[in-house]
Amino acid sequence: MSNILVLIDSCEADATETINELLTQGRNLANQVNGSLEAITFDPRHKELAGAWAEHGVNVIHYLTNSALHDYGPQAWAQGIVQIVSLVEPISVISCGSDRGHEVMANVAAILDAPFVSNCLSVTAGERWQASRLQWGGSLIEEVTVASTFPVLSFALHSCETTLSKISEPLKIISHEIELDTESAKTIVIERTEKPEGQSLETSAVVVAGGRGVGSADGFNVLETLAKLLNGKVGCSRAVTNNGWRSHTDQVGQTGKRIAPDLYIACGISGAIQHWVGAMASKNILAINTDPEANMVKKADYAVIANLHEIIPAVSDEIVRRNGQ
Amino acid sequence: MGVMRILVCVKRVPAPGAKIVITKDEQDIDSAHLGFTMSPHEECAIEAAAQLVEQHGGEITILTAGSRASDEQLRYAASVGAGSLVRIENNTGIDWDPQHTARSLSTAVQALEDEFGGYDLLLFGNEAADTGGYQTGIRTAHLLGRPIVNAINGIEIVGDSFVARRETPSGVEVYRVPTPAAFGVKEGINLPRYPTMKGRLASKKLSVAVVEDHSEPGEQCRVRLFRPNEAAKETVILGRDSEAAGAVVDLLEELGLI
Ligand SMILES: Cc1cc2nc3c(=O)[nH]c(=O)nc-3n(C[C@H](O)[C@H](O)[C@H](O)COP(=O)(O)OP(=O)(O)OC[C@H]3O[C@@H](n4cnc5c(N)ncnc54)[C@H](O)[C@@H]3O)c2cc1C
Repeated sequence: MSNILVLIDSCEADATETINELLTQGRNLANQVNGSLEAITFDPRHKELAGAWAEHGVNVIHYLTNSALHDYGPQAWAQGIVQIVSLVEPISVISCGSDRGHEVMANVAAILDAPFVSNCLSVTAGERWQASRLQWGGSLIEEVTVASTFPVLSFALHSCETTLSKISEPLKIISHEIELDTESAKTIVIERTEKPEGQSLETSAVVVAGGRGVGSADGFNVLETLAKLLNGKVGCSRAVTNNGWRSHTDQVGQTGKRIAPDLYIACGISGAIQHWVGAMASKNILAINTDPEANMVKKADYAVIANLHEIIPAVSDEIVRRNGQ
Repeated sequence: MGVMRILVCVKRVPAPGAKIVITKDEQDIDSAHLGFTMSPHEECAIEAAAQLVEQHGGEITILTAGSRASDEQLRYAASVGAGSLVRIENNTGIDWDPQHTARSLSTAVQALEDEFGGYDLLLFGNEAADTGGYQTGIRTAHLLGRPIVNAINGIEIVGDSFVARRETPSGVEVYRVPTPAAFGVKEGINLPRYPTMKGRLASKKLSVAVVEDHSEPGEQCRVRLFRPNEAAKETVILGRDSEAAGAVVDLLEELGLI
């Protein structure tokens, strides 16, 4: 029988939705080859989560432990997964396209000298596997074929709609004590600090972002004022972080954050593709730019052709005025 | 550690602006009218190497796999601190793919180490700007038998180890990896310096060592590249200049944000 192995990384802050999308892709692949979908987890809470995973098409859960594995370790996880690969003999191992997912899959592929096709949108199993995947941070799609009977895959975030698919046989949970060598133990996390709960750029409903057009670090004060009135956060383009006006944690784009707020206000940002891919999932985009031909203006839902230093304070004043009424 | 030796791997990529144009044969992006650069992650990896060398002494080698045009990126790296430049010329007649690239890089690193001594630290960008494969560094490190952690936002030397930080969606992770080690670096680890005039001039004089590549190609093969469909939509222009403030606030109300 042809099986698909899927890494479920519920230990990290991976949203349930992300896991469900991955399992939908995994179940689809398993159906293509008439096989079962077998999950790998390192999460001690897996028993609580197993029901939801089964509803999304998981047949078997492999729970991997080792006394040295008190926290995440990319190479230790990969070593454990490779042991399950030789046990289950799947035709592919898959993960979601998170930093961790990519990292663990790349390590698995490197150990097995298998191809690793990252950030897939859709995959067809076969003699030669076919896949479409993201390039350029999501600006382009590449179609590839893989001349291997065992490709390692990661699926891009939001690559599909989640569907439920209940399996008739009962779910099996198997625990495995895995072996770790000293090499792969070298990259296990030694210390972890949790971020305080609270609103972040990624979770904020409104993001007021500034680009080179803001002109200086102080220039961001007007954006901060507007963001506060809208209970939002301030973001920025790479031109801004490169100038040292704001920290990289505020950067939106290919090498920054991918966000999807209800409203993205892009002030003095030209809309280069590397910026656009970070903001394009926003539900509404309002561009504020002096240049009516700017790419951001052309791609936005709404635009104001204006000097941001004049319009933004005017908008803040108007909000305060209406709030006072 | 004796004199610290750091090797950074970089990749030449086109730098498109508002739009990417694909070539007629759908195999590549049309770069006829584009400048070239490297990923911001790689610029930051070079800066991280430069800062470590400033603090602890040492030397930096830059390695790339690519055509002669890639000398531009190597020289840029030299202008901000690198002392030796090495380029792998592809003699296989087959395009690079991640497995092939990693085989070539590891073969070249091994040869450099045999000749000049081992590297304490290998740095890569977290993922290439164009293909975004998230694997070249990891594969190369495996072939060389080095531990590697990706997505790193901080590196320091503590005793005989590198202590690296990684920001995750939920907080910060710390790794302590003994030398020799490898890391995939993310933009934000530092603010890369700009080249000085002196650096630029010196980089022009530096020679690029060229090594041949005879590595086996990998198993991933491109069929075509295309731009995803974007729903054509009209932008609603709310107005010009400060007079538009009322219309903007109307929109905010409509969206239920105030
Ligand atoms: C591999 C790679 C990865 C990258 N990753 C990212 C990334 O993650 N995020 C990112 O943002 N960029 C990224 N970039 C850089 C990107 O290509 C652009 O250079 C960058 O986004 C430009 O920033 P900007 O729009 O602020 O600046 P500019 O392109 O200079 O645009 C400034 C805009 O401000 C407008 N303006 C000027 N003054 C005013 C005013 N007073 N009022 C209103 N409007 C005004 C101008 O009309 C113009 O449209 C990346 C590049 C590469 C090659």
